Amino acid sequence: MTSAKLDVSTQELRAPSLAPSLAAAVRHGLLLIFAAIILLPFAWMILAAVKDPSDIFSDPFSLDPAKLRAVENFSKALTAAPMGLFMLNSLIVVVGVLSVQLITSVAAAYALAQLKFRGQTLLFGLVLFALCIPVQVPALPMYIALAKLGLLNSYFALMFPWFFSAFAIFLFRQHFRTYPQEIINAARIDGFTEIEIVLRLIVPSALPAIAAFSVFSVTAHWNDLYWPLIVVNVTEKMTAPLGLLNFQSAEGVSYGPLMAAATIITSPLVCVFLLARRYFVEGVTMTGVK
Amino acid sequence: MTSLPTCGTCRPARAVPDKLRGVNAAYLFALPAVALIAIVVLAPIAVVILLSFSNYSLGATDWSLVGIGNYAQLVHDRSFLNALSNTALYVSVVVSMSVLLGLLLAILVHGTGRLRRLYEVIFFLPVASTLVALGLVWKFMLHSRIGPINELIAALGLQRIDFFNNPSIAIFALAAIGVWHLVGFNMILFLAGLTGIPRDLYQAAAIDGADGFWDRLFRVTWPMLGPTTIFVTITSTITAFQVFDTVAVITHGGPAGSTDVILYQLYQASFQYFETGYASALTVVFLIIMMAISAVQIFAARGVHYS
Repeated sequence: MTSAKLDVSTQELRAPSLAPSLAAAVRHGLLLIFAAIILLPFAWMILAAVKDPSDIFSDPFSLDPAKLRAVENFSKALTAAPMGLFMLNSLIVVVGVLSVQLITSVAAAYALAQLKFRGQTLLFGLVLFALCIPVQVPALPMYIALAKLGLLNSYFALMFPWFFSAFAIFLFRQHFRTYPQEIINAARIDGFTEIEIVLRLIVPSALPAIAAFSVFSVTAHWNDLYWPLIVVNVTEKMTAPLGLLNFQSAEGVSYGPLMAAATIITSPLVCVFLLARRYFVEGVTMTGVK
Repeated sequence: MTSLPTCGTCRPARAVPDKLRGVNAAYLFALPAVALIAIVVLAPIAVVILLSFSNYSLGATDWSLVGIGNYAQLVHDRSFLNALSNTALYVSVVVSMSVLLGLLLAILVHGTGRLRRLYEVIFFLPVASTLVALGLVWKFMLHSRIGPINELIAALGLQRIDFFNNPSIAIFALAAIGVWHLVGFNMILFLAGLTGIPRDLYQAAAIDGADGFWDRLFRVTWPMLGPTTIFVTITSTITAFQVFDTVAVITHGGPAGSTDVILYQLYQASFQYFETGYASALTVVFLIIMMAISAVQIFAARGVHYS
């Protein structure tokens, strides 16, 4: 008994000098391997975007200035595609969708969280029901309706299905509910209108949730391919992912300009992500409150 | 009975118009959302269910109800059954791998101190980037002749792999891209779960003799992450079922229909062949599958709250 115990304690005495650093080395070694796999496509995309298409195969990792074709590749992506216009279309759609989503969702969430009205339970039930509906389900009838109304190939068609967000209403309701009722009552007594209460008290208190939803919405609609593919078939109204898909299937496109185009449409979101990392991470974690 | 507007400090008198105003405001605030939910969710679902029992085709002037004809066709449609089994295969690979790797990465990243933020940024990068663009990059990288992955395989003296033209490999190549895209998302969810585990649980386990890495993993970490694991598995399943972008960019359902998945088939039937009735039946089946997964989630979440 005693000798066994002694053995353990001497082992424990010796272990700390070596084991933790070894464990840390293994840990970081594994993480670096995974990180390399994750980053590889990004590295390849950028390398192919700045190099001559033939050079990328013979000598992929050299950055000999004489063999760089960044200007040619990017200018071809911007003129032949035209990626600039696609980016502008995406920006219009993303901003339009988010603005309407925030207005309708904040209002509805406030009504659900802090006001009382007939049909409140029913509305909340419908919001929960809508949360479970994948976006591809209403697509077909909505497409038929937009086609009948002659609204295909318009910004309105690109944006309309997303004006309602069950996720935003649900998320905001959960946050608005935590706001103290007494403060709202006091504000009413002080003569605040309901709109003032929302804008001056509720919204500022829920800014992290609103920011997290905003990055979530912007990412989803910047990257969306399914819906734009359905309602747009003219170049002038194509969003960035659809434009890139279209550019890829154009004849005689080499990998240099194609990778330059891919880099162009990926970079805005990556920049937003690097600047607002916290809200992305919070947005993901908030999906967990469902 | 009448309110006294001049009486500013008199609460009961003021409370009546305030309450009335609150009621009006509630309807006003809820109205846009109510109108939108009716137009973009409820009405389309009702219409798609109705259309699934019809032979409607976009552009056709006359159409009639055909009962369960479209569903009967669906059950016997080899391409539908093929798409269903391809999707199931894709989902099982993506979900199992992205959940396991997400958990592994979270455990590895959790104790890294100052470098944690950097690793988080790297692993989350695919989630924030456009899958259409990175799908193109993967198509390039896995190309049989000019892709760097095959250059590496050839340099090792092995047979080149034609990832996207080999019917028995293509779906796994797409699944690998799916895992690459999803693993960082799952890692973040697991990290949130890990942060929620009280430190004294590890201390208590250590007192009981469970203080090795594996002991801690299997006796404390893994059981405590049970609810998170269920949640991550379900959200991953929902995401994986909706695979579309990589199919549309890379394989178009080929080769030999080996990467034809439910959504791609739904897209083609609805918007390329305009077989509206048949596509509506397909939509309803897709909806039922997704609702079933959501039902599992609600059921599982109910269990979690009591634990």
